[in-house]
Amino acid sequence: MLELKNISFSVEADGQKKDIIKNLDMKADDGKFIAITGPNGSGKSTLAKLIMGIEKPSSGRIIFDGEDITDLDITERARKGISFAFQQPIKFKGIRVKDLLRIAAGKRLSTSEACSYLSEVGLCARDYVEREINSSLSGGELKRIEIATLLARQTKLSLFDEPEAGIDLWSFQNLIRIFEKMRNEIKDSTIIIISHQERILRIADEVLLLSDGRITEKGKADEIMNVLGGIDCEPGSLCSKLQ
Amino acid sequence: MVKLDEIQKRLIEEIADLHNVPDGAYNFRANGELAGRNTTANIDIVSKTDKSGIDIHIKPGTKKESVHIPVVISETGLKETVYNDFYVGKDSDVVIVAGCGIDNCGVQDSEHDGVHRFFIEEGAKVRYVEKHYGSGDGKGQRILNPVTEVYMEENSSMEMEMEQIKGVDSTERITKAELKAGCRLVVKERLMTHGSQHAVSTYDVNLNGDDSSADVVSRSVARDESKQVFNARITGNSKCSGHTECDSIIMDHGTILAIPSLDAKNVDAMLVHEAAIGKIAGDQIMKLMTLGLDEKEAEEQIISGFLR
Ligand SMILES: Nc1ncnc2c1ncn2[C@@H]1O[C@H](COP(=O)(O)OP(=O)(O)O)[C@@H](O)[C@H]1O
Ligand SMILES: [Mg+2]
Repeated sequence: MLELKNISFSVEADGQKKDIIKNLDMKADDGKFIAITGPNGSGKSTLAKLIMGIEKPSSGRIIFDGEDITDLDITERARKGISFAFQQPIKFKGIRVKDLLRIAAGKRLSTSEACSYLSEVGLCARDYVEREINSSLSGGELKRIEIATLLARQTKLSLFDEPEAGIDLWSFQNLIRIFEKMRNEIKDSTIIIISHQERILRIADEVLLLSDGRITEKGKADEIMNVLGGIDCEPGSLCSKLQ
Repeated sequence: MVKLDEIQKRLIEEIADLHNVPDGAYNFRANGELAGRNTTANIDIVSKTDKSGIDIHIKPGTKKESVHIPVVISETGLKETVYNDFYVGKDSDVVIVAGCGIDNCGVQDSEHDGVHRFFIEEGAKVRYVEKHYGSGDGKGQRILNPVTEVYMEENSSMEMEMEQIKGVDSTERITKAELKAGCRLVVKERLMTHGSQHAVSTYDVNLNGDDSSADVVSRSVARDESKQVFNARITGNSKCSGHTECDSIIMDHGTILAIPSLDAKNVDAMLVHEAAIGKIAGDQIMKLMTLGLDEKEAEEQIISGFLR
């Protein structure tokens, strides 16, 4: 179980203090699938980075499986079972897809094991295992590889930051199937997904609405969407409502 | 027969990935002496009579054959200069694996200066792989100064992979190439220096014939107090295309000086240079930490990927 207690995060920008996350409390129980939505700039990615340890809160505590992890670094949190698929995947020079999957799995991987993770995210494995993780891959390909590394990691808590971005060609149903499979395969696993996509919000046990660094609503997808009002938007997308 | 001791065998594995005596032609040199040689119907190897070294003759039309010429030194204080000339016949297609491993446990410097000349006939294709490796914890330096000259006849191609990742204290590498019409030269250099090592790598590539092209790419890492100089010049004397790239990572107090130069002497010469030197990107380390590596392990992975 993950618990955030009174978390605040501020930065110094142009000589002024800017509060990005404000006295936020949040709980994600074992076995739960939680979606976080909210307008751009509301602090969603920052919240995920605080959980992973990439950013350190200005105040408040983070408890994971009964242990205070606030002062642990990224590596320690990763080893305790937290993983994070970035909104903007990092590119390398020379590191191949299979290398990253091997690092994620934490053990030697056979080519066929590496391939199976790629197939799950809809990449034709043979064409990708040897590819370098650099700008020769498209944004959508990088996003899918990012998801595949979390499949290889198999951690208790998985954070996905807008996993749907750039994967338009690939069916949503597949993405949803991956999350459901993860949930079934990893005992007591908690999945937190930052998303604007109605179809992803709909499969969540709970949807949190983040606005201006605070959780302003939580509930089932329908309830949250009611709050957001009935403004027309692109089919399947909440983004225009959220602007 | 090849007679090598355990140290020498280990060096050969490092530089040539050889666990056994290879198929095809080979010439093993250990501690300044011939330790084994094999020739084939198409590839002949003869010792020079006027100085130390060999002539390698590859018959025209030889396809899919390889030549291995590893050199190992396990004796402290040995200094040698060796001249090897490769005559690659018309329309042949071969792989040449050279490499030098030095194990120096003693106090005196050991040095191998190899001068390799390639005479590549029309339409021939060569893939040349060269690895340098040093080991041993003696005070004596391990020094390698290779000179490589490549003379290419029309429509021939040469691909060179050169790697020096570990244990060589001082190296001064000079590579010269002359390309006629339709020739293609590709160089992939991988270099890592540690401690107080010093490495200088100089390229002088001349694109003399129309439609010739060269691509010289160096990736290097300088750690600790080590120093590197990368000096690449491409001269375009014709309608040609040339590209050099120097991509380097500096760590600790390592320093790298990149001196690229392009000399266009023909209006149709297209020459490009790229250079980037910097420390490991922080977000790359962070990403690997989220996968469970600590900072040191993350750096190692990034570097070994970079130098692959
Ligand atoms: N390290 C930082 N320094 C300055 N501003 C930041 C920093 N991190 C985030 N921000 C700002 O905080 C706000 C929230 O960012 P982010 O968490 O990326 O939002 P979201 O993911 O919801 O779009 C944005 O205005 C962003 O510019
Ligand atoms: Mg974001």
